[in-house]
Amino acid sequence: MSRHRLVRVALTAAALAFLGLFLALPLAAVFAKALERGAGAYADALRDPDARAAVRLTLATAAVAVPLNTLFGLCAAWAAAKFEFRGKRLLMTCMDLPFSVSPVVSGLLFVLLFGARGLFGPYLAAHGVKVLYAFPAIVLATLFVTVPFVARELIPLMEAQGTEEEEAAVTLGASGWQTLWRVTLPNVKWGLLYGVILCNARAMGEFGAVSVVSGHIRGQTTTLPLHVEILYNEYQPVAAFAAASLLALLALVTLALKALVEWKSGETARATRRPA
Amino acid sequence: MAARRVLPGFGLSLGLTVLYLGLVVLVPLSTLALTAAGLSWDQLWAAAAPRALAAYRLSLGCAFGAALLNAGAGLLVAWVLVRYPFPGRRLVDALVDLPFALPTAVAGITLAALYSENGWVGARLAALGLKVAYTPLGIVVALTFVGLPFVVRTVQPVLEELDPEAEDAACSLGATRSQTFFKVLLPELRPALLTGFTLAFARGLGEYGSVIFIAGNMPLKTEIAPLLIMIKLEQYDVAGATAVALVFLLASFSLLFGLHLLQGRGARAAAPRRLPREDAA
Repeated sequence: MSRHRLVRVALTAAALAFLGLFLALPLAAVFAKALERGAGAYADALRDPDARAAVRLTLATAAVAVPLNTLFGLCAAWAAAKFEFRGKRLLMTCMDLPFSVSPVVSGLLFVLLFGARGLFGPYLAAHGVKVLYAFPAIVLATLFVTVPFVARELIPLMEAQGTEEEEAAVTLGASGWQTLWRVTLPNVKWGLLYGVILCNARAMGEFGAVSVVSGHIRGQTTTLPLHVEILYNEYQPVAAFAAASLLALLALVTLALKALVEWKSGETARATRRPA
Repeated sequence: MAARRVLPGFGLSLGLTVLYLGLVVLVPLSTLALTAAGLSWDQLWAAAAPRALAAYRLSLGCAFGAALLNAGAGLLVAWVLVRYPFPGRRLVDALVDLPFALPTAVAGITLAALYSENGWVGARLAALGLKVAYTPLGIVVALTFVGLPFVVRTVQPVLEELDPEAEDAACSLGATRSQTFFKVLLPELRPALLTGFTLAFARGLGEYGSVIFIAGNMPLKTEIAPLLIMIKLEQYDVAGATAVALVFLLASFSLLFGLHLLQGRGARAAAPRRLPREDAA
């Protein structure tokens, strides 16, 4: 028995030491480095006009990409989870492709499409439309990278819930939209929220793909992660980590919301299971 | 397959899904193949230059090493989280997802600062004669950070469903601790471990943001394949970047496909014994 306890304490200590070294220490280090020169230097770094422009661009990008991919996720989940059809597995594989493509390659794809010698490049240049090294390409690269998040969260959840409730609603005369709004969405709301949170975290934090298509024009096409990179490479660690701390805060909020969603969905699962 | 469909909206939702996926994912991806098909042999040959070969080797090796490390560490973390309740467990459990939520550039500059020779960790390791930042070891550290949650989150649910009674039975029948682990536990966990390993490996292969700050980025030594693509793009060598990207993509896809096949065999063998999650809860 005492030997069992010894193993238990040793394994727990080893696991916590590993997590402490690899996860907790880096997280703490972001804030420690950001505040190294005091709160004044920290605030100055965040008040910088380029930093503010980067925050605005990051928010704008997420504001376009997240709703679009959420709608896509709902659409894809309705088709894939409520119906059987040929080619479903192929569809799911295509959906997951962005996960197995390097972010840099994802960015490269849009250079090939919209670059000066790209597929649509000459046409766009002739019509004076700027896509690459501008906001549209940043949004497109972000869309590509974050496509699977909401769909992947919703599909297993909606599959597990089956179609009985929806069929009952339709049989009782509800329209398709009413069924979606009153039956399906309330059932999957926590999973949906979790998918949206993850999608948002990745959309705001995406680095590789956006780095390729952004062109790094300061104050114009630098998102917050790119702003962090520029400052770090210019040996301005305090400013770099101050900007990074905003993204670390976003990560902490994401983790907290995730814990809340898990707790809430566990609660509803227990509540619905009880009366049976 | 031809069963009547009571629910509406099949055509609309499937149509929109395919249209959106086509525009956002498939058209860009097929451009890569299209562009590569238009390259001359000389341009394609750039993907086989010594610098490119070194980059593929480094990316594959470091991603493999980190995924292996994560398979071990992830199993340990999942085991402790499931089997050994301790105060603050929920907080630790939430922290495991940090690499999913923290932007890679933030992870990159932080790990580089921690592991450089005057960083908190780097200074202590340097005293032991170990250099991490700006060596392949640094790349492994970054990829370990990025890949950890994949293993923990795939192994954890399987462990939760495993009945400790099987282990107790093995113990009481005279099995040693290591026999119980290798003969009773590991066969049950192998499919999940392999899945987690594959996911971490796949992520590590393409990872860019968390690596470039800690890697040192010396051609032939510490330059990963995604960075080489980036450098070629910065030099306006789109053809070279495309060739390298294509080779790297094909190599990683076929590797992952192989792992997938391996996994399919393991999953089929283990499937009948695993309970659906809802019933087990």
